[in-house]
Amino acid sequence: MKSQTIAEKIFSKHVGKKTYAGDYVLANLDLVMAHDTTCAWAIDPFEQIAEKVWDPKKIVIPFDHAFPAPNVQMASLQSKIRKFAEKQGLSITHDGVCHQIMSERLIKPGALVLGADSHTPTGGGLGAITIGVGSTDVAIAMATGKCWFRVPETIKIIINGKLKKGVFAKDVVLMVAKDLGPEGGSNRVLEYGGETVNNFSISSRLTLTNMSAEMGAEAAIVPADENTRTYLKENQREISFKESELSSDSDAQYYKVLTYDVSKLEPMVAEPPDIDRVKTVKEIEAKKIRVDQVFIGSCTNCRIEDLDIVYSMWQGKKLNKDTRVIITPASKKVYLQAMAKGYIEFFMQMGAIVLAPGCGPCLGRHGGVLYDNEVCVSTSNRNFTGRMGSPKALIYLASPATASASAITGYITDPRKYL
Amino acid sequence: MNWKFGENVNTDLVTPGRYNITTDPKELAKIAFIEHRPEFAKNVKKDDFVIAGRNFGCGSSRETAATALEASGIQAVIAKSFARIFYRNCMNQGLLAVIADTDGIDESDELVLDIKNQIIINKTKKTTIQADIPVVMAKLHSVGGVIPYLKKNGLNSVEKLFI
Repeated sequence: MKSQTIAEKIFSKHVGKKTYAGDYVLANLDLVMAHDTTCAWAIDPFEQIAEKVWDPKKIVIPFDHAFPAPNVQMASLQSKIRKFAEKQGLSITHDGVCHQIMSERLIKPGALVLGADSHTPTGGGLGAITIGVGSTDVAIAMATGKCWFRVPETIKIIINGKLKKGVFAKDVVLMVAKDLGPEGGSNRVLEYGGETVNNFSISSRLTLTNMSAEMGAEAAIVPADENTRTYLKENQREISFKESELSSDSDAQYYKVLTYDVSKLEPMVAEPPDIDRVKTVKEIEAKKIRVDQVFIGSCTNCRIEDLDIVYSMWQGKKLNKDTRVIITPASKKVYLQAMAKGYIEFFMQMGAIVLAPGCGPCLGRHGGVLYDNEVCVSTSNRNFTGRMGSPKALIYLASPATASASAITGYITDPRKYL
Repeated sequence: MNWKFGENVNTDLVTPGRYNITTDPKELAKIAFIEHRPEFAKNVKKDDFVIAGRNFGCGSSRETAATALEASGIQAVIAKSFARIFYRNCMNQGLLAVIADTDGIDESDELVLDIKNQIIINKTKKTTIQADIPVVMAKLHSVGGVIPYLKKNGLNSVEKLFI
């Protein structure tokens, strides 16, 4: 019997027969997600083809991208979604960024999940195949519980080496993005492994899988292991599974295998407007770039582990008075954890602005829109022109550590001097 | 006319987040490329082409990018490659997305798209370019997208698209 990648195994399970990369399949879905914008665009297509959703318990609607509504147009879309949800018996949550909610509450290793959002691959950090599509595909999935796919090939990414102090998962994935570029993962699954990844917390793994979407990846996965087991238990979702069933066969066929040694990796930053314009923070620091806004948030990097770093780096420091610092915990759970640790009070005393859990300023709709020529250091995943407001603004993507350091100095700053 | 763009044109450029807060295709057509190429929405004519390099439609999954271009009346988007989600959105919206080597195409070139034979004839340069138009793309384009297709053939016909 031909050996399989973990992606092929998961597709096979959801198709009901052995399937391999290149096959076109119609697969059963475990969960379908759409949020406060993409769900609005799914309602009309849905109502043209169906009356009732296939299973209300498997449809997740987080309001996160622009919630609470910042203008009448968003309020109108959200009102439309509420009416639809009530009619179909669906519940809406505003407890945080969709991918964070999915990871905390719902995704299980081996699952096949569809999301109307390009960063749906985030969930793969828990050993599932989680794929992003548009609203019409999600409308069809809401009606049928299925979606067609071309089973993707897998690129194996092996990361070895012990990270130096001040270097984190975000820096690792920026390094990979520099190599692969915006198209390097297109129509492929990025499967991460190696000792560095094996030692990563789930939080760090989610950073890898989240950013994989920026390389065009259809899905990204870190095969489930003991770390996954612990995370699921901590999040009231303990399930028993066998690693051997939820990992690629040792002789699985990969499209490509890439190996990286990160023992000498330094903090990295992606210059606007592309994900692969990656340089060391040290190199950018020399340019003395003034920072108008620091954004610590998003599904990429605003879990409690990220806020732990911010908190520890700011001890005994003052923030630059001319730099706005906006922090959006990725979920209610993270927010409450931060509160319990005294972080929220501390951040506010420092002069940072702490927003309700959600996407915040990540996509330029509210929460800190940028003006012409403003520079933002962001822990999010996209630095496209106009992404966070004015098309003349500049967005630099970095780790929470780099963002924290930049908030102290008011310039793009290497975090290692503060660690 | 051909509206030519570069590489990695992302969907934030096609329909920015500050403007695409609507479900109305006509409104979306008005804001297509509103910041990236402001003259597009007002001047695009029916059966014009959008021409691009690699990875067109990358970034956000927002279907409004495909909806806006479809509603603008263009004949097709022709690019060296497409981002996956955008490509699916084109199929679903009935917007023809054609994979071809666009390097030699200029904005003033007169192009003829032969879907059946999968070629693009450049009448101005007197060249022929191979095009990749999968059967399913052509089929859904011909009926105006996947929703008309499913309404006509039933919900289970999604299986027949490929298999």
